[in-house]
Amino acid sequence: MAKHATPLLDQLESGPWPSFVSDMKQQAEVRAKNAENIEFQIPQDVVEDLLGILELSFADGTTHWKHGGIVGVFGYGGGVIGRYCDQPDNFPGVAHFHTMRVAQPGAKFYKTDYLRQLCDLWDFRGSGITNMHGSTGDIILLGTTTPQLEEIFYELTHNMNQDLGGSGSNLRTPADCIGMARCEYACYDTNALCYHLTQEYQDELHRPAFPYKFKFKFDGCPNGCVASIARADMSFIGTWKDNIKIDQEAVQAYIGGEFAPNANDHNGRDWGPFDIQKEVIDLCPTDCMWMEGNQLKIEDKECTRCMHCINVMPRALKIGDDRGLSILVGAKAPILDGAQMGSLLVPFVKAEDPYDEIKEVIEAIWDWWMEEGKNRERLGELMKRQGFQKLLKVTGIEPTAHHVQEPRTNPYIFWNEDEVEGGWDRDIDEYRKHHQR
Amino acid sequence: MAFVSSGYDPDKPMENRISDIGPRKYDEFYPPVIAKNKGKWLYHEVLKPGVLVHVAEGGDEVYTVRCGGARLMSTTHIREICDIAEKHCDGHLRFTTRNNIEFMVDSKDKVEPLVQDLESRKFDGGSFKFPVGGTGTSITNIVHTQGWIHCHTPASDASGTVKATMDEVFEDFKQHRMPAKLRISMACCLNMCGAVHCSDIAILGYHRKPPMLDHEYLDKMCEIPLAIASCPTAAIRPAKVEWKGEKVNSVAVKNERCMFCGNCYTMCPSMPLSDKEGDGIVLMVGGKVSNRISAPMFSKVVVAFQPNDTPRWPETTEAIKKIIEVYAAEANKYERLGEWAERIGWERFFEKCELPFTHHLIDDFRDPAYYTWRQSTLFKF
Repeated sequence: MAKHATPLLDQLESGPWPSFVSDMKQQAEVRAKNAENIEFQIPQDVVEDLLGILELSFADGTTHWKHGGIVGVFGYGGGVIGRYCDQPDNFPGVAHFHTMRVAQPGAKFYKTDYLRQLCDLWDFRGSGITNMHGSTGDIILLGTTTPQLEEIFYELTHNMNQDLGGSGSNLRTPADCIGMARCEYACYDTNALCYHLTQEYQDELHRPAFPYKFKFKFDGCPNGCVASIARADMSFIGTWKDNIKIDQEAVQAYIGGEFAPNANDHNGRDWGPFDIQKEVIDLCPTDCMWMEGNQLKIEDKECTRCMHCINVMPRALKIGDDRGLSILVGAKAPILDGAQMGSLLVPFVKAEDPYDEIKEVIEAIWDWWMEEGKNRERLGELMKRQGFQKLLKVTGIEPTAHHVQEPRTNPYIFWNEDEVEGGWDRDIDEYRKHHQR
Repeated sequence: MAFVSSGYDPDKPMENRISDIGPRKYDEFYPPVIAKNKGKWLYHEVLKPGVLVHVAEGGDEVYTVRCGGARLMSTTHIREICDIAEKHCDGHLRFTTRNNIEFMVDSKDKVEPLVQDLESRKFDGGSFKFPVGGTGTSITNIVHTQGWIHCHTPASDASGTVKATMDEVFEDFKQHRMPAKLRISMACCLNMCGAVHCSDIAILGYHRKPPMLDHEYLDKMCEIPLAIASCPTAAIRPAKVEWKGEKVNSVAVKNERCMFCGNCYTMCPSMPLSDKEGDGIVLMVGGKVSNRISAPMFSKVVVAFQPNDTPRWPETTEAIKKIIEVYAAEANKYERLGEWAERIGWERFFEKCELPFTHHLIDDFRDPAYYTWRQSTLFKF
């Protein structure tokens, strides 16, 4: 018999999609039975109370979690989010229910011995409820009490060689796409760069010294599978400078119907036979492709590397060999000043260990933002407030036409005095000699 | 429940302390076929919904079976995932950005037993534990935030809306029917931990009532200047308030200026704004993050408000289904939802999707607003 009746949540057990309610119920049962004789360090019925309080929210349409509290582990300013419920008498098991963010491995590859070790720890010292994974990328351990925080951190670092992730006004845990590990489109090793910068900036990740949060995300190509351009203060997107490599025989195999277009992604309905003119050449946003007899031609100089042709014919077209990445900066969700997409800052840089050129850009931006950014002002908002020119100045990057969608439509240029011949100091008496009052 | 020490000594926190070590290194966890062929992949193909093959230069192949899951997950469930990975994949697996689980095997004959095993596992309540799908032009798993399970500012639930929506679009998780990728995302307030603002379809929790003021505690619990500075529309000012016969320092809110973002509540717990009638769902459509064919796009608000009709949000799932069906029927091959809506024109979009257009959908927030009004005579009757 469940501790709390959950008639509303029970309705989310039916239907085909995996039910989080069923999963929580099975967890509640496992804890109640405790076949392994675990000496639970937080209430055994924590999951039942979690279900109970969630049911209450489903009934009354509001949350029952209070504002955070300042809890954490010694020496870190992030990685733990304090959480208390506002009905502790009715749901004592979740009266204290803090979140811990655990830094996830690159591209979220795991071995089961690691996951089992984490499960053992979390059953023993926490609720056994997780997010795999949080939006930023961390493993989220959902729900433990204050006395357990240091214990969990100790076990993570000593027994699992594993650190916490970021939260608050610091560098958030960086995240990457699968990259070269299993993708032919990857223009650089996203796993390697993500790991390198994560290790390089551990201090910034654990000790909040920034005006607000700061996110790095690493996309291996312009397809953007980790959505870096929409959600990272610094977005690293793979690209190349030379020609798309063409295998003309494979092009013919696509035309002949031997290979399915778009890696067979559209096989759920009949779109008719593949038509290279209609499906590739006519959809090229720069009109830089054509057929000459049975040869596919690309005017690579005009290509903007949108990936469409490569996505449609992955066996025939390959990314170029002169590879690197573009850096876009300032993306964020709407709060406060409206959503922003990343703006192109570095059109091309090689991504090679030790990544010094990339780190120079990062550190110049941080110096500026930490000096000028207001409390809770994201980089994108500072860019809007002080201008893109300022960003170029602090990073020492030369302006190019790549930086704009189009030039400005007003002439209100903030000229610097040193850009104007003769400067701004003029003699009014001299002027009046030629211009009467 | 006796306290068991890990070895940590609270009196000597720095003794043997290990810190700043970061995550485990990615290549510790690569399956052998991935470690061997990293950077040498030639091409990939989707064999059927949920099953991919990647082929490497030397001829090695890796078969990936992708299955959906709730990101809210118990250790019991994770242990079952481990059982599967140990049975079929030598203990290797990965998760995707969109909360899917991927099991990888190195030969084709291992695929079918794995798929069958995954599809055979069900929760006691009847739902699948590991439905296979979510590749290509299917509708894949929803990225989302915490909602009522663990967050202090949500205007809706996340796991609940996601479960309700995925149940409705389940068939399309398991087949490649859409003209292009179709990405659904959910964020339970406009902090958007899930960054849903560039999704084909975004489900967004939103408040509609200004904050209440807990005058008795406000000055004790909050830094009043921070609360004032947090308001993007300058609707909050300091105020001396008469409260139960006493003059207290507090704030006043100009309600007609409030855009219900909740930023003040984030800074000041004495300004709560959640409310059963006030809170609900905004639907946004037409965003994308890929640079394919067209530049990345923001999602646009097409439904200003729907109530939190728990536990299954029928108005929301119905509107989403309708939009998906019209898009699936009318868009060109490779055309994302936003590209289709721009091609036919938004006036046509509302007509075809049978969505009412109201004043709420016309932008009036600062500079971006002007650029969304129509500065031409190019429209359709």
